Amino acid sequence: MSLESPRVPSTELQLTDLPVDKTSLGNAVMVGLKEIWAHKFRSALTMLGIVLGVSSLVAMSAMVQGMENGQREAMLAIGGLEKVRMEAQRVPVEQRHLRDMARGMTLADVEALKAGVPDIEVIAPEMRLELDPTLQANGKYHRTFMTGGILPEKVRIMEHEVEHGRMFNDIDASEARPVCIIGTGIRDELFGRPEDTGAEVVPVGKTMTINGQPFTIIGMFKRYEGEQERKQRLESEAERQRLKSEGKAPPKGPARGQGRSGSFAFWIKNNTVYMPLNTMWHRFQAGLSNAPPEPRLSNIELKVRDFSKIEQTLAKIRNIMMVNHRGIEDFAFRTFEDWSADIDRFVKNARMSGGLIAGISLFVGGIGIMNIMLASISERIREIGIRKAVGAGGLDIFVQILVESTVIAVVGGLLGLAFSRLVVMGIAWVAPTGNNPVITGGAMALAFGFAVVVGLLAGIFPAVKAARMDVIQSLRYD
Amino acid sequence: MALLELRNVSKIYHLGGEEIRALDDVSLDLEQGEFVSIIGPSGSGKSTLMHILGCLDSPTRGNVVLAGTEIARASARELARVRNRTIGFVFQFFNLLPKLNVLQNVELPMIYAGIGGKERRERAEKALEMVELGHRLKNRPNQLSGGQQQRVAIARALVNNPKIILADEPTGNLDTHTGELILALFRRLASEGRTVILVTHNPEIAAVTPRRIEIRNGKIAHQVDAKLAGLDRLPGAAHGGRNP
Repeated sequence: MSLESPRVPSTELQLTDLPVDKTSLGNAVMVGLKEIWAHKFRSALTMLGIVLGVSSLVAMSAMVQGMENGQREAMLAIGGLEKVRMEAQRVPVEQRHLRDMARGMTLADVEALKAGVPDIEVIAPEMRLELDPTLQANGKYHRTFMTGGILPEKVRIMEHEVEHGRMFNDIDASEARPVCIIGTGIRDELFGRPEDTGAEVVPVGKTMTINGQPFTIIGMFKRYEGEQERKQRLESEAERQRLKSEGKAPPKGPARGQGRSGSFAFWIKNNTVYMPLNTMWHRFQAGLSNAPPEPRLSNIELKVRDFSKIEQTLAKIRNIMMVNHRGIEDFAFRTFEDWSADIDRFVKNARMSGGLIAGISLFVGGIGIMNIMLASISERIREIGIRKAVGAGGLDIFVQILVESTVIAVVGGLLGLAFSRLVVMGIAWVAPTGNNPVITGGAMALAFGFAVVVGLLAGIFPAVKAARMDVIQSLRYD
Repeated sequence: MALLELRNVSKIYHLGGEEIRALDDVSLDLEQGEFVSIIGPSGSGKSTLMHILGCLDSPTRGNVVLAGTEIARASARELARVRNRTIGFVFQFFNLLPKLNVLQNVELPMIYAGIGGKERRERAEKALEMVELGHRLKNRPNQLSGGQQQRVAIARALVNNPKIILADEPTGNLDTHTGELILALFRRLASEGRTVILVTHNPEIAAVTPRRIEIRNGKIAHQVDAKLAGLDRLPGAAHGGRNP
């Protein structure tokens, strides 16, 4: 019906609706907070679902993020996604009859690739000992499988850093000098851990035999470790310092092999022994009776300049290699794309399952809110009647109830964010992992946003119910 | 033109197939500044009439014209606006919100009128001063006596400057003396140009108003208007000899 009667004498009788203005919204929030405060215990129970939902969502995401960070850290430690590895492999079955013509990977391949593929940023061949060599020094033995003869580019590709001593140079290489550079893991095994001796151990200048041949250690790489391992190590170091200053005997270092509980990638990196490629060839392989006529490489690692063009670059490399190898496929490519995809898939799955559980918790929390709002409005039928009598429209009541349920969710969400830190700490305490959980701002925002949405949705039904209450009946109700 | 006109208003309920006429073809004019009582026993349709006069309910049939605007078919939302701007309610049980203090209770109608915080406070204080409760702003309703609570309710009814004050048994829960004070306040409001409608079942209370409308079986059974009869010019007569 139309109410714009021209006979209206005053402006007071305007029937158009006023929008919900700021003062009234702020007021509704205040009313909501007061309601929560007036029923502290009830509100706390109601919020519990939201608190748990939000905190488990944040904690779950923090754990997954921690694992992802750990994996990515490890991947970067061994060269990152841009790294491609070519390994010598046996001639495939269908080419078996050609195997006598297979030459294996040689330095000629490296030169050809350097010349033919400009997209290769750095390329590094490696020649390994076929059997794990025995290292001996300081009266101790150690077997390692990461002993290789290399060109200096290898150090760049593996992101090694020489911390003590020096890298071998061209003269070392051309004269095939018996020199090597080692990782801290080898040092730990043969010369003692700095944790045990209490001071940094630098065996530069010492002699170590590799399969009985004496080598001079001319350099040592820095210690590679993940964030978590570093933290643990520094803590235990501080602990030892404290014990020392108190005059007590420091305990015999952390358990042996603790380094292995961390990331495998770092462990491998620390257990490296490198010597010049030429040294490896002349001292270990050239003299063997079944030695190939020219140095055979175990693998060639290279880094592409532009990861987005890796497909084309790999195709080019493959073409050159095939030509060089006369079509015999005695090499294979390995990229870290698969690993990266695995990480992505794992992270996605963990997020999905964790998110689902946390989502169910939030949903249950929402039902709790709806339940309490329904109880709240039936307690306040008379109040709603009075508000309507003095001029509250259905929309005003609707907004009021909705704001109240949202306020519960918002307060619960904030508590949940605070609580999530405790949850993360609790989980890390109960089930320590090598990866520190990382609480991200995005996860917090997402969880909080979800909580607010849940509060809003949970409020809709009670709010509609309250808004539709009949004025006269609600006024009479007691 | 009357401030509030009811033309052939009926309110019909259906209960179990039976038709109940709570109001049956009632026509009524209320002028601005009138002090009028509606009297009748319970079940007479008095409450129904009050609900329609107070824009709490719409009639089944007939027209209601308030300040020249037809509101018989207005939506609930529009009626809420009309109540907010034009009508002030005073109830038997005061109907203050127990969780709000006196000032907040009085501010309530202005919140729904969209009036800003500062003006709201000023106007609420002024209204409370008018009912001589300017010193109890921060009290909760349950800390006040019945008469004080009813004065808060009156302040709340007045705060949006309505044309009509609708009081439903306003003295029903008060002692005689306090009731008389409240009635005196209503008389003053009427003399200031507001239409004051007093709904009661008590003929003694109704006697204070110059005009009395008696409802029985959903119809206006009897109407007395002292002004029309010229009785209001007799000393003391207009207010039923209760003029203090």
